[in-house]
Amino acid sequence: MTDSKQPIIQIRNVTKRFGKVAAVDNVSLDIMAGEFFVLLGPSGCGKTTLLRMIAGFEVPTEGQILIDGQDMSRVPPNKRPVNMVFQSYAVFPHMSVADNVAYGLKIAGVGRGEREDRVKEALDLVKLGGFESRMPDQMSGGQRQRVALARSLVMRPKVLLLDEPLSALDAKLRAQMQFELSDLQDEVGITFITVTHDQDEALSMASRIAVINKGEVSQLATPSDLYEFPANRFVADFVGSVNIFEGKLIIDEPDKAAVDCPGLGKVYLNHGVTGPHGADVWVALRPEKMYLHVQGAGKTVEAAAKDAPEGHNFARGVIKGMSYLGDITLFEIQLESGAMIRVSRPNLSRHDQEDFTWDDKVSMHWRADSPVVLLG
Amino acid sequence: MALFARTPRAPLEYAKSLWMRGWVLAVMLFLYLPLFVLMAFSFNDSKRNVVWRGFTTKYYAKAWENDQLWDAMLNSLTIAGLATVFSLIIGSMAAVMLWRFRFPLKSAVDGTMSLPIIVPEICLGVAFLVFFSWIGWPSGLPWPFNLTAIVIAHITFCFPFVTMVVRARLATFNREQEEAAKDLGAGEWQAFRDVLVPHIKPALVSGALLAFTLSLDDFVITFFTSTPGTDTFPVLVYSLVKRGVTPDINAASTILIILTVLLTAVALKFQGVKALADAH
Amino acid sequence: MAEQDWKQQKRPFAAVSLTPLFWTLLFFVIPMAFVWFYSFGRNVGLTDIDIVGTLDNYKRATEWLYLSIFLKSLAVAALVTLICLIVGFPVAMAITFASEKWRPWLLLGIMLPFWTNLLIRTYALMIVMGQQGYANKGLEALWGGASWLKTLVGLQPMETWEPLPLLYNNFAVVVGLVYVHLPFMVLPLYSALDRLDKSLIEASLDLGAGHLKTLFKVVVPLAAPGIIAGVMITLIPALGAYLTPDLMGGTDSQMIANVIERQFKRANDWPFGAALSFLLIYAMFALIALQGMRKKTGEVK
Repeated sequence: MTDSKQPIIQIRNVTKRFGKVAAVDNVSLDIMAGEFFVLLGPSGCGKTTLLRMIAGFEVPTEGQILIDGQDMSRVPPNKRPVNMVFQSYAVFPHMSVADNVAYGLKIAGVGRGEREDRVKEALDLVKLGGFESRMPDQMSGGQRQRVALARSLVMRPKVLLLDEPLSALDAKLRAQMQFELSDLQDEVGITFITVTHDQDEALSMASRIAVINKGEVSQLATPSDLYEFPANRFVADFVGSVNIFEGKLIIDEPDKAAVDCPGLGKVYLNHGVTGPHGADVWVALRPEKMYLHVQGAGKTVEAAAKDAPEGHNFARGVIKGMSYLGDITLFEIQLESGAMIRVSRPNLSRHDQEDFTWDDKVSMHWRADSPVVLLG
Repeated sequence: MALFARTPRAPLEYAKSLWMRGWVLAVMLFLYLPLFVLMAFSFNDSKRNVVWRGFTTKYYAKAWENDQLWDAMLNSLTIAGLATVFSLIIGSMAAVMLWRFRFPLKSAVDGTMSLPIIVPEICLGVAFLVFFSWIGWPSGLPWPFNLTAIVIAHITFCFPFVTMVVRARLATFNREQEEAAKDLGAGEWQAFRDVLVPHIKPALVSGALLAFTLSLDDFVITFFTSTPGTDTFPVLVYSLVKRGVTPDINAASTILIILTVLLTAVALKFQGVKALADAH
Repeated sequence: MAEQDWKQQKRPFAAVSLTPLFWTLLFFVIPMAFVWFYSFGRNVGLTDIDIVGTLDNYKRATEWLYLSIFLKSLAVAALVTLICLIVGFPVAMAITFASEKWRPWLLLGIMLPFWTNLLIRTYALMIVMGQQGYANKGLEALWGGASWLKTLVGLQPMETWEPLPLLYNNFAVVVGLVYVHLPFMVLPLYSALDRLDKSLIEASLDLGAGHLKTLFKVVVPLAAPGIIAGVMITLIPALGAYLTPDLMGGTDSQMIANVIERQFKRANDWPFGAALSFLLIYAMFALIALQGMRKKTGEVK
């Protein structure tokens, strides 16, 4: 059987062109057995094309895809050890739930007894026991998706491919399905590869994420690494919400670095960034990583940024916009430089939202390990 | 061997498989080859459609001087034009009636109005023959009044097609648009004119095209309702083919084919290939 | 959408309904009623017909001579429909899956014959299929080639080619009807296939089915409404075809419409022709009812 150290899917220098446009541009990826792997990117970035090439519905223009060590170039989709859950679910409307799930088994020539057992097992797995004789048009979107899941899982594929599995569900159901999919993956131990444009979905489910932009892999990392250590401006901006300021690298030593940002002020970091001195860089600062204070107590604020030299890691501004989101409140603040910055603040008590209001003068500071310096 | 060195084909690119292409090509040849042969023979310097005896345009000259042919063409176009206009009016009215209102015996009326689409042409032709002879429809009226019977027959079998097309389009009408127009101060008639009519316009165009084609194409019903002097182009061609081939038909047919293609091209220019395809 | 009761809007209702209702009544219902009454009538003298309520015309229509023509028309129409379906389905598939650039042109290629005059098309086909037409010439060339190949390997050459009588027989009628009706079959098939969610086909392939299995287990069942529409749109006119058997058929290839025409134009037996006409109409109704039943059972299921 497959060794968990060996990649179950190897994508080697795969390029797919439609006419002159490269939808996927020289992508190489190794996906390990048992992973919950997510391809994340904006619409039209080529992530779905990549998934469809793994399934065999598109043929790579260049490069190779190996599944379990075998080259798939000449293998049609019906002979590949992978199965797909389609974005539209593609549940056969003219077959009952049980017939849908049994379809692949019938074609594989699985005997009646075993077939019925496996169908029942798969339907129980997706919590659709008792729905065997329903027709798809009598089911909700969420239920149809479970049918599609069961139909693929019953084939016991080496890899399950999911194309935007949650995009057609409403927000509540989506949150629930995120957990269920993760649990399911734990339970069946099959490698899942999911395509999504929703960063929340990716962060909550994935063991690893590949961020795709314009047909190329922008970053490959675990969810927390992706969020806390984005490799470039695209990833920082696409995953979560972020403030980005341009600046010049003025100090860069192994244990510290400083960037002078005309928009924000002087930013100090407690680690090195290995960029050339004086280079143009970008500082990314997440809204939730800043502390907001009432202005006037200027001294205490400066002192609050204790882990940075004086004059670093703080800024002043005026509240120009506020949106109360229940769990947090989001502030739009105009800095003294004229630049806008977004700061979020958890509503720890019921009175928190009353502390600040429009046109209040405020100041903010952040810790020296919060900003991320981006070279590209 | 570039033909066989196939680039790998994605599974759903059926249209790229060789046998599919061969099949489509064979069907297209089957559909078009006879027409091309006919057109080629219209330039053949022989009385029979058999051997190529050299290029000539003399049959076009003969066709040009053939008064019978001109009369038949004029009759055909007059009938088709009149039938189209009236079918469009009656057909749209029927469509709006069936779409908008609830009334007693509605399904019976609906069924009866679509019957002319299903009833075989021969039966309709017979019905008109019986009807017009029973009421003693006068024959030998001066042109164009001698065409009235045929025009009536054509309207009767054309307007249900217009109704069908317009009704399908009406079904996609968003009633809120009409309500919005009224909300902005339009009256019943203004809302109808400014919102509903623009919405069904594509259906009116394709309905008119359909009615015109059906009328121009019809042989059987015309055959049963025609009186001396009202021969349409199909009826004339029929009698000539029955009597034996005369090469002027090749020439006249070629002109009509070219006219059809030209009209299609004009329609394409106005509607675009996709819209035209969707109209069917 | 809520329909409005006609009583609440009498004037707009009258404006749109009077003309079509009047027209349908006067020029469709009444003429058909005449034929219906005539079918129970009897010829009295040369031109007069007495409607005496006799069933003789129907009795005569069910004599074997006419019944066999009826059955034959049905068989020819069914065969034509089947050929159109088999020939047309791959074409509809090819159009559906053709590239964006090609699809409209292929559709146009199928539709252009529809706009071309029926008589011209029939006549053109007759030229090609004639005793010395190009179909025969092509076959002769093939025959000659085969014969030449045989001599090449040392065998006796085949006999000289005798032109096949392609025209004026039942074969010609079938070919002619296929030629005329093929576009009518392809268009509804195409529109059904075009509406089909392509990911259903992909799902079937993904679950291990080959292309042929996918075709019969997924594509055909889901395109069934289009297939039925195509079958009806071909079968019904083919059953009532007059022109093709008249021009391309031989003495033994009459179909029911030709018999009806003869009663009215030559034999001058209008009551009998009327009875035959209504039998043909009843046959249409039966076909449509059959389709309606299929639809109903489908919905119940």
